[in-house]
Amino acid sequence: MSSFFEIANYWAVAALLLIGLHGMLARPNLMRKLMAMNIFQVAVIIFYLSLSEKTGASTPVVPHGVLNPSAADFVNPLPHALMLTAIVVGVATTGVALALLVSIYRRYGTLEEPELLEKMREEAAG
Amino acid sequence: MHIPSLGWWLPWLVLAPLGGAMVSPILAARSLKASRWFGALVLLGNFLLAVGLTPFAWNQGPLHYKFGGWAPPWGIEYVLDPVSAMMATLVAFFALIAYPGATLPREDQPQSNAASFQALYLLLSAGLIGIVLTGDLFNLYVFLEISSLSAYALVASGGDRGKVAAFRYLIIGSVAATFWVLGLGYLYALTGTLNMADMATRLPGVLGSRAAVAGLSFMVIGLLIKMALFPLHGWQPDAYSYAPAGAMPFISGVMAKVSAYALYRLLYDVFLKAGPAANALELLSWAAALSILAGSVLALGQRDVRRMLAYSSVAQIGYVILGMGIGNSFALTGAFLHIANHALMKGCAFAALGAFTARTGSSDVRALAGVAKIMPWTAAAFTIAALGIIGLPPMAGFFSKYYLLRGAVTAQAWPFVATFAISSLLSAIYFFRVIESLYLKEPEQTQQTHAVPGTLLMPAMVLAGLIIVFGVFNQRVIENFVPVIIAEEKS
Repeated sequence: MSSFFEIANYWAVAALLLIGLHGMLARPNLMRKLMAMNIFQVAVIIFYLSLSEKTGASTPVVPHGVLNPSAADFVNPLPHALMLTAIVVGVATTGVALALLVSIYRRYGTLEEPELLEKMREEAAG
Repeated sequence: MHIPSLGWWLPWLVLAPLGGAMVSPILAARSLKASRWFGALVLLGNFLLAVGLTPFAWNQGPLHYKFGGWAPPWGIEYVLDPVSAMMATLVAFFALIAYPGATLPREDQPQSNAASFQALYLLLSAGLIGIVLTGDLFNLYVFLEISSLSAYALVASGGDRGKVAAFRYLIIGSVAATFWVLGLGYLYALTGTLNMADMATRLPGVLGSRAAVAGLSFMVIGLLIKMALFPLHGWQPDAYSYAPAGAMPFISGVMAKVSAYALYRLLYDVFLKAGPAANALELLSWAAALSILAGSVLALGQRDVRRMLAYSSVAQIGYVILGMGIGNSFALTGAFLHIANHALMKGCAFAALGAFTARTGSSDVRALAGVAKIMPWTAAAFTIAALGIIGLPPMAGFFSKYYLLRGAVTAQAWPFVATFAISSLLSAIYFFRVIESLYLKEPEQTQQTHAVPGTLLMPAMVLAGLIIVFGVFNQRVIENFVPVIIAEEKS
């Protein structure tokens, strides 16, 4: 069993995931839901980056003159590359979501979900 | 004999619609008509390419394409085997057939919107075909997000309520995709690979570990949200109700099916190749059975036919997943046949409904009263689709249900046999209510009617014809199109 501090980043990931989920489920404001979704995505990014870490390893660039580099001396660069893609996807998702929010706010004048539902119901009825 | 040069065609299945999505807005700036034709040609070419490659995948074994020449465990590869050939053909076909109706210029919409709508539509088909072709689990996530992002935007283009529905869909869909990446992180940490085939060879040593179970659970739940299995279906009825009617045959026909296909890849090509996972399959079967029953019951309570069809999809995707969960050869064949058949039937139902709605201005079951007198052919198409979903011969739906049922009987899974029977009964009830309204009720004289353009009617007619053709020639369809997966004995 590793000590708490050795795996503190994984605890942080779990905490962020739960904060994100709570925000998306329990917060009535759509903007807050979106921010919670971003927190949720960032947790996974930290998770991947933690996976690639090794104690005492350096950046994955072979120094000049080293003929037989050992993989143990370098952090795994692949998770970083993957998360670069995930960040781009996250940015695109946030962009689309913000565009939707702007458009919803212009139309209904609110981003609070209960008020929004109330207004939509009134319009459907009348 | 293996001809490597054929694999060269695989990336074009994705690149053509992707490139088309980039070029289409540029063309649209000059002429909207030209870009519309251009998009149709791209999708037609894509469909022909998928059809043309299918026999090679069947007869010569899987086609591969390695990106940048990097061999699979390191590089990303595309694979076209009989299963992905069927899915790619299906996606390309539905993209093509719904395109003219979906991109029909609308008077209430500025031209720039129509141009971006065309581009998004092409982007959606690029993303879906990418999911089908890729042999890399992280690449699958990227395509999942490409298709989902374009789907959010397509749903949002269906009016103000569509935007609220799209936002909810976006939040839930992003959580689903993040679950997939999170689960994949566990598997990557265990095996050090992202390639499906490579992961299958490295998994056996760690299959029983808690991390593998957690990883699989996260990934499966992510996909179940994307395909809207009960109780993870919350986003779907709203998204289906407010999305533009023209795009619905495409969205309802293949989007959930592609997630089901990804689940098949994950379960059968990665996990079951590595070792038995009977518990996971059984859990999945029960979840699917619950979804079948809950979806059918919820569909009963809907007055709006679009919502009714959406809940019916929750039930029908359960059929596919239940087939994968039972997992013998009959059930798996039934699952794949049902993917194709249900795409035809639900696509046809939504296309016909879109035509009714264009005429009467409402999708409420009461607004459809007597419509069969005004639109006899479209009403006939809807009826064929409805009878197919209920599962009456000689419609295509009967045969996929037959295989699924036979699979359940072979596995002696009697609760699931009962589930199939009850669900067919319930679907008969909710569909006959609509058919009754269409044929037996008198039309309201006051309702205003609009002429329905042929591009909206065409998909309904073609798909209704195919439902009967797939039913009558179902043996040929299975021999040439739907792969029979020989399941390995599992205890």
